[in-house]
Amino acid sequence: MIINHPLLGPRDSAEFVYMGDASLIERPDPEAENAADQFHDYAYLRDNPAGELRELWFHEGGDRSWLVVTRDTRTHEISKVELARDVARSKGRSL
Amino acid sequence: MTQVNRVEGGQIDRNTPLKFKFDGKSYTGHAGDTLASALLANGVRLMGRSFKYHRPRGPLSAGSEEPNAIVTLRDGARAEPNTRATTAELFDGLSARSQNCWPSVKFDALAVNDAASDFLAAGFYYKTFMWPAPFWEKVYEPIIRKAAGLGALSMQEDPDEYDKGFRHCDLLIVGAGPSGLMAALTAGRAGKEVILADEDFAMGGRLLSEQIEVGSTSALDWTTQTIAELSSLPNVRLMSRTTVIGAFDHGIYGAVERVSDHLLEPAIGKPRQILWRIYAGKTLLCAGATERPIAFENNDRPGIMLASAMRSYVNRWAATPAQRVAIFTSCDDGHRTAADLHAKGIKIAAVIDTRADTPMSMNYEVLAGAQVTNTKGRLGLTVVEVQLADGSTRTLECGALGVSGGWNPNVHLTCHQRGRPTWDGDLSAFVPGGTLPPGMTVAGAASGDLSTNGALLSGANGAAEALGIKAADTPEADDTPATQSAFWYVEGCKRAWLDQQNDVTVKDVRLAHQEGFRSVEHLKRYTTLGMATDQGKTSNMGGLAIMAEIAGKGIPDVGTTIFRPPYTPVAIGALAGRMRGMEFHPTRLTPSHYWAKECGAVFVEVGNWLRAQWFPIEGETHWRQSVDREVKATRASVGVCDCTTLGKIDVQGADAATFLNKVYCNPFAKVAVGKTRYGLMLREDGIAMDDGTAARLAEDHFVVTTTTAKAGPVYQHMEFVRQCLMPDADVQLISTTEAWAQFAVAGPNSRALLQKIVDPEFDISNEAFEFMACANITVCGGLRARLFRISFSGELAFEIAVPSRYGDALMRKLMEEGEEFDVVPYGTEALGVMRIEKGHAAGNELNGTTTANNLGMGRMVSKKKDSIGTVLSERAGLNEDDALKLVGVKPLASEDKITAGGHLMAADGPVDAANDQGYVTSAAYSPEVGSMIGLALIKSGDARMGEKMRLVSPVTDSEVLVEVTSAHFVDPEGGRQRA
Repeated sequence: MIINHPLLGPRDSAEFVYMGDASLIERPDPEAENAADQFHDYAYLRDNPAGELRELWFHEGGDRSWLVVTRDTRTHEISKVELARDVARSKGRSL
Repeated sequence: MTQVNRVEGGQIDRNTPLKFKFDGKSYTGHAGDTLASALLANGVRLMGRSFKYHRPRGPLSAGSEEPNAIVTLRDGARAEPNTRATTAELFDGLSARSQNCWPSVKFDALAVNDAASDFLAAGFYYKTFMWPAPFWEKVYEPIIRKAAGLGALSMQEDPDEYDKGFRHCDLLIVGAGPSGLMAALTAGRAGKEVILADEDFAMGGRLLSEQIEVGSTSALDWTTQTIAELSSLPNVRLMSRTTVIGAFDHGIYGAVERVSDHLLEPAIGKPRQILWRIYAGKTLLCAGATERPIAFENNDRPGIMLASAMRSYVNRWAATPAQRVAIFTSCDDGHRTAADLHAKGIKIAAVIDTRADTPMSMNYEVLAGAQVTNTKGRLGLTVVEVQLADGSTRTLECGALGVSGGWNPNVHLTCHQRGRPTWDGDLSAFVPGGTLPPGMTVAGAASGDLSTNGALLSGANGAAEALGIKAADTPEADDTPATQSAFWYVEGCKRAWLDQQNDVTVKDVRLAHQEGFRSVEHLKRYTTLGMATDQGKTSNMGGLAIMAEIAGKGIPDVGTTIFRPPYTPVAIGALAGRMRGMEFHPTRLTPSHYWAKECGAVFVEVGNWLRAQWFPIEGETHWRQSVDREVKATRASVGVCDCTTLGKIDVQGADAATFLNKVYCNPFAKVAVGKTRYGLMLREDGIAMDDGTAARLAEDHFVVTTTTAKAGPVYQHMEFVRQCLMPDADVQLISTTEAWAQFAVAGPNSRALLQKIVDPEFDISNEAFEFMACANITVCGGLRARLFRISFSGELAFEIAVPSRYGDALMRKLMEEGEEFDVVPYGTEALGVMRIEKGHAAGNELNGTTTANNLGMGRMVSKKKDSIGTVLSERAGLNEDDALKLVGVKPLASEDKITAGGHLMAADGPVDAANDQGYVTSAAYSPEVGSMIGLALIKSGDARMGEKMRLVSPVTDSEVLVEVTSAHFVDPEGGRQRA
């Protein structure tokens, strides 16, 4: 596969390490009342869609960016590639 | 032996005779021959025995679709089984052997299988050899494996080298026939980057085998001129002997280039083959078509071959399979073969055409509406029996029979993603359909355009459309539309072969259907139709057609099996490339490696690293002697160990402390500058991930260490936390594992030794540089270095780091300056012994199942802050009263052995899983204790000090009595490391 890195252009997926569902960016609030339940879901539950999936790829053999790649699991078609940092900020993560 | 069946003309070099051997017998062929064409020229039709019934077989085709003429090429370590004689390029000194026959191809003992064919029909191995059950593995299977199967491996290491390579292009053209050549001209003249790949050693495809005109010249001349022009274009790369084996995601193609297979052995420094990964902007598939045979009684005798193959042998290779030849055809193509052969002076016994309405000839007899009903000839064809249109029978004497059942477009690569071919009723064949691999289009015969003119035009237009450029002008050529009908087999046959490689007959397909194997995929698995090296290139279509007929369905309703890569078989060596033996993964050497080698160190692989395991000295005959000596000497005075392999991550930025506070479960916000702190990282599920130290060299600068094994994953994890969870944190990470050579200097004299090399302005006394201190310093008169007062051994100890290129020099300096203290180098074994004696957790304890609580570090997990893993580490299930706790064990009898992995049971009671109390994670002989010791995870272990338990290991069948102790066997109060 070829991943169109937002900073570096098209790169072979062999340069990357895969980590799965990008929902890992949405780490729950540890102060929340049901934090334990939320963390359980966060750590263990994943959707497994036949279709578009937003997933995390680490450019280990490159600039070490974490990317959020939107990939169709049926066709491997990649419709969007974003820097995970930008996605995290858009989700309100900061420090 | 003379080349009795060599005819005039052809594209062989008659001035270059090549000597070769087949089954021990010597022959001569010419440059430009394949093994098959040279054998045919020498009058050899019999080239092997079939897979199951051991029937005599010769070539069916003249290309990579060959099911029959499968030989073992070369001898010794280079012997390669299952090579197609039809594609093996002849070279001087070639030697080949037929397969599936013993004692010889002419007399094969297992030909008795043929007589027993009633018992060996489709699925026979599911029905026979069932009883008694134990016989399957010990008796039946070995016999069947020996009797069936294809060639055998040499069992020697492959002496050749294989490479991998990467190429990029605007347009990849797969196949250099008329459409591929026109496509290359179109794209090449427009200045596009073009790769034109063809599996053959000569480019031109069918143009090399046909007596036709292209433009105002012969097909061959046009081909030669076109290739000359393409060669002159710097933007066109011609890759002959290169098979595109698969279409992968996003326009990536795999291709195998046979660089040296046409040579006796590769030239020095050259690989045998190269596996290319081609990144293609667009791809035009010009893979041509494969002629399909017709099934009839005994249609597998040597001499019976595809009519187009016969034409190739005669026109291109000037070799005829026999001097008297018949043709059996259901389309016009068979007549073309008859005409070409007749023109070369070969006698045409007759053309047998299944159609009543058939072209006639002045030169030879044409039998309209006739069918071949049987053939004769023990080791090769001698007689063909024909049923004429009026029902009467006629026999024809001939040494070869050309068969043409029409052509199937080579759609394979269009199916490697999600494409499923569609049925073209006019053509009676499958053509490319469904979703093709991204960027791929198809031209020429592969698209169903079977005329030469159509191929030239669609090639030019295909490239033009793919790239948005103008098509090159195409020369005039034969434009006769293809006429082909669906005629798959002759009725009433007992044994008519569909798949000659797997010995599958029409009857086997009927049997499969009768027994309920009605989906094409089931048919394939049950009968093995379309399996093995040719993947059914000549047989699948016939099988499907018969399946459809029996089921009363149309062929498109039956569907096809799925074509998968590779298009033709690929040597495992090509897939491995250079990654063999020690090159399987990179080898990383420590900065002191060469010095250690000079000392005679024994090395051990630790991940990619090679580390010194121990340093034997004269008189030591057992590793334990060396390791015990290294431990004792270190604890008595001073030892040095290269610990460069531990991961080092530089953490810088205003938020560095905040960041580390998030990744370590224990507090890091208030570590003072100049101090080092031990840290434990958890996974988000609360399980321990890794441990190490973080040294604060400045307000905004930490150096973090990881274990050797987790250096990569921990770095990745930290980047995840930084980019995905704390995107606005002012913190930067970089791995500096390779940048710094780091040595542990341990033992009571470690400070005295270091004081000799640390520059005098740096005070490293206990008062000025206490336990867990760290600093940027200089050594040896100005060399920048980092010093950490940390201890893995439990002794007074330091770790000193210098830029990697000074690592070797520093090791030598430490040894030289340490002579007065009897300094020793110690390896990973002594390191391990000392850390077990001290009770430090390492990889064996941080094994992916243990929590901070298990490791006795539960209180380290800060409740005052959030860090990765803290929330889930508090789950009740991980914190039960009888949770495993890290403790020590030692044998009651000092000579008893502690086995790592052994399980602990209470002193009494049954030894079973229900009574399991825990297990030993690490074990070593402790010179300090005088016996073996172990670290163990035991239920409520910290409350069981002094308890006697049984350590059992069913693996080694041992049971010893042990006592539960503190994990700290040495200096439990920690006085030594603070001295």
